[in-house]
Amino acid sequence: MNVSKPLAAVSAIAMAIGLAVVPAQAARTDIAVGMVLEPPNLDPTAGAAAAIDEVVYANIFQGLTRFTADGEVVPDLAKSWDISEDGLTYTFHLQDGVTFHDGSAFDAEDVKFSLDRARADESTNAQKALFAEIADVAVIDPQTVKVTLSEPNGSLLFNMAWGDAVIVAPETAETNAIQPVGTGPFRFDDWVKGDHVDLSKYADYWGEPAKLEKVTFKFIADPTAAFASVMAGDVDAFPNFPAPENLEQFKADSRFSVIVGSTEGETILAMNNKKPPLDNLKVRQAIGHAIDRQTIIDGAMFGYGTPIGTHFAPHNPAYVDLTEESAYDPALAQELLKEAGVSDLTLSLKLPPPSYARRGGEIIAAQLKEVGINAEITNLEWAQWLQEVFKDRNFDLTIVSHTEPMDIGIYARDDYYFQYGDPDFKAIMDELNDTTDPDKRTELLQQAQRKIADDAVNAYLFQLAKTGVANAKIKGLWENSPTQANDMTEVYWED
Amino acid sequence: MSVASRQDTGFVRAALGHPAFLAGLALTALFVLAALISFLWTPFDPEKMQIAAKLQSPSAEHWFGTDHFGRDVFSMLMVGARVSIAVAFVAVGIGIGFGVPLGLYAAANRHGLIDEIVMRGNDLIFAFPSLLLAILITAVFGPGAVNAIIAIGIFNIPVFARLSRGAALSLWTREFILAARVAGKGSTRISVEHILPNLMNLLIVQGTIQFSLAVLAEAGLAYVGLGAQPPTPSWGRMLAEAQTFISLAPHMALFPGLAIVLTVLGLNLLGDGLRDLHDPRLRRSRA
Repeated sequence: MNVSKPLAAVSAIAMAIGLAVVPAQAARTDIAVGMVLEPPNLDPTAGAAAAIDEVVYANIFQGLTRFTADGEVVPDLAKSWDISEDGLTYTFHLQDGVTFHDGSAFDAEDVKFSLDRARADESTNAQKALFAEIADVAVIDPQTVKVTLSEPNGSLLFNMAWGDAVIVAPETAETNAIQPVGTGPFRFDDWVKGDHVDLSKYADYWGEPAKLEKVTFKFIADPTAAFASVMAGDVDAFPNFPAPENLEQFKADSRFSVIVGSTEGETILAMNNKKPPLDNLKVRQAIGHAIDRQTIIDGAMFGYGTPIGTHFAPHNPAYVDLTEESAYDPALAQELLKEAGVSDLTLSLKLPPPSYARRGGEIIAAQLKEVGINAEITNLEWAQWLQEVFKDRNFDLTIVSHTEPMDIGIYARDDYYFQYGDPDFKAIMDELNDTTDPDKRTELLQQAQRKIADDAVNAYLFQLAKTGVANAKIKGLWENSPTQANDMTEVYWED
Repeated sequence: MSVASRQDTGFVRAALGHPAFLAGLALTALFVLAALISFLWTPFDPEKMQIAAKLQSPSAEHWFGTDHFGRDVFSMLMVGARVSIAVAFVAVGIGIGFGVPLGLYAAANRHGLIDEIVMRGNDLIFAFPSLLLAILITAVFGPGAVNAIIAIGIFNIPVFARLSRGAALSLWTREFILAARVAGKGSTRISVEHILPNLMNLLIVQGTIQFSLAVLAEAGLAYVGLGAQPPTPSWGRMLAEAQTFISLAPHMALFPGLAIVLTVLGLNLLGDGLRDLHDPRLRRSRA
């Protein structure tokens, strides 16, 4: 190269000016979000796995209503609604100009189809109870739907905000599991099984457009790998980071922000209520008193988590603190076991993979040992746990976090894995479903909380904290988890 | 008597001149000793949690530090040695107990149907990567120390069956066996009285090597959660649990890792040394 000196000087100056004039590079518009579990499919109306909603909720699929980051229920595809005096008829007015990602228009027929499909007898919806009171769905005009209930249900708008109640199109309903088509601000691009799901911004979105152009959900089950990928910047945000022990390191590192919030996850030591001697109230109470919640929170969760005394989220206004009722008291626990006439008790303790269960289980086994109960730990993979514990109910004790919002209703189910289904409790739940008055509802919810605490159905451990970590420049992530979601609609990179 | 003692002196002198063998012996003895002492004494209760004292670095009180539950790592390693050694010992025992009779029987009935069945069965198990087979077995029958023993034991069987068959075959052609046959001894009796004693050295050497593989396999199974279940301490699980703490408390991974490495190294050196000492020809040709 033979560049004359003046030219070289000019170009050097130009480069210098160029560097000075061009502002710091524009903010990024893509994000890689880490998740521990990969969804089994991508259809939220046909699967219970939390990971499905964590990919699609509010991003791809929308319902008539939705949860905000604070857990408030706000209009979504329904812009407003009228409720009849008797609480039996809901008239939803739908948003205008909504299209599905395949280009087809969204109208009242799609709402009718989705709700009818979810509540049908052959429905595979994981939360059919959400639709139990719906008696009829009628199309008034393309922008109006009338939902008639068989009995008043104060939580219909809440129910409609669930991921299981999103609106799908009849043409694509069957293929949503692998090729989800919704109305949200992001459309589905690609799913590389075992690795990631790609979403991109939907250009014709009806509402406020998303700030991000591209969202990738990466599935990283191993906590060590999760730590490494966040540190290396392969993952920009990990909203539910699996290893709380690593959070201190992220906190000390200015590149990252640590986001600690609350979830709807009541973490419980579930007991098989039908299996002797756990059918004896005194034995269950003894187990409750043998457990020191704070030690479990410190030991298993590194201090993240709030003790609970019943199956209810402490951040809910209707929550009653009943932790004293089953306070840590090993002497009392031994007393109760003696009264129950139980000695040399050996119980199986089957643990799914999350660290709250594995580590919490080891601590609980040690605590139970102190009062003379021998808990035999078996570590299971999720699939085995679902089969052995959840389906076959072949267990004495297990630890799991129930992350669905407001799920105290599971105690009314006879066939649920911990097998409670008490008639008095069911009566409370029935009354609750018939009640729309907020004060009366709160009272009933508190009654329900007390009932399951008095009956010591399970040992209630702690409310799972949402421990997330993200690049410090990312804004708009949810702090709390009012539902299972990674809502990307408001997320952006700061310059 | 005098002949035997002269032989012993020879062995001891040879052993003393074999530093690798001595190192192996010392390492192995160290871990066996740690396991035996753990029955009587450990610095702390290995299952006792002290959440307040978690993740402490090695100190005068906790020699190898504490883990994420505040348990004493040194005590856990001592008890973990017990688990490793017990699993490996029984598993190798299963391998010898089933494998050697099968091999001897196959050799005595050479080219018979049984020989074919036994040896092709062996090939089948051999064709599987051993650890994969062990994972398969524990995944089917459930995790736990007993199933780990069975799983590791099963892949030890063909090792010993093949070894004893091969060695027995060459012995069957020797004159003293011929003499025994002429004297009217049956093949079972010959196998037990004449072939087996001549296989002993070989079996001891192979047993030591297999022992080290079994320790490694046990640690591997425990690492993926298929070994002894908590709260029983186990080296492999300690290593797995230490993973997310590696930057916070590296001692949690370092010491179980060292324990596994040194035990396996020790057993391998011991096995190699024994082979050298028992087979002077090999030793001479090497030197």
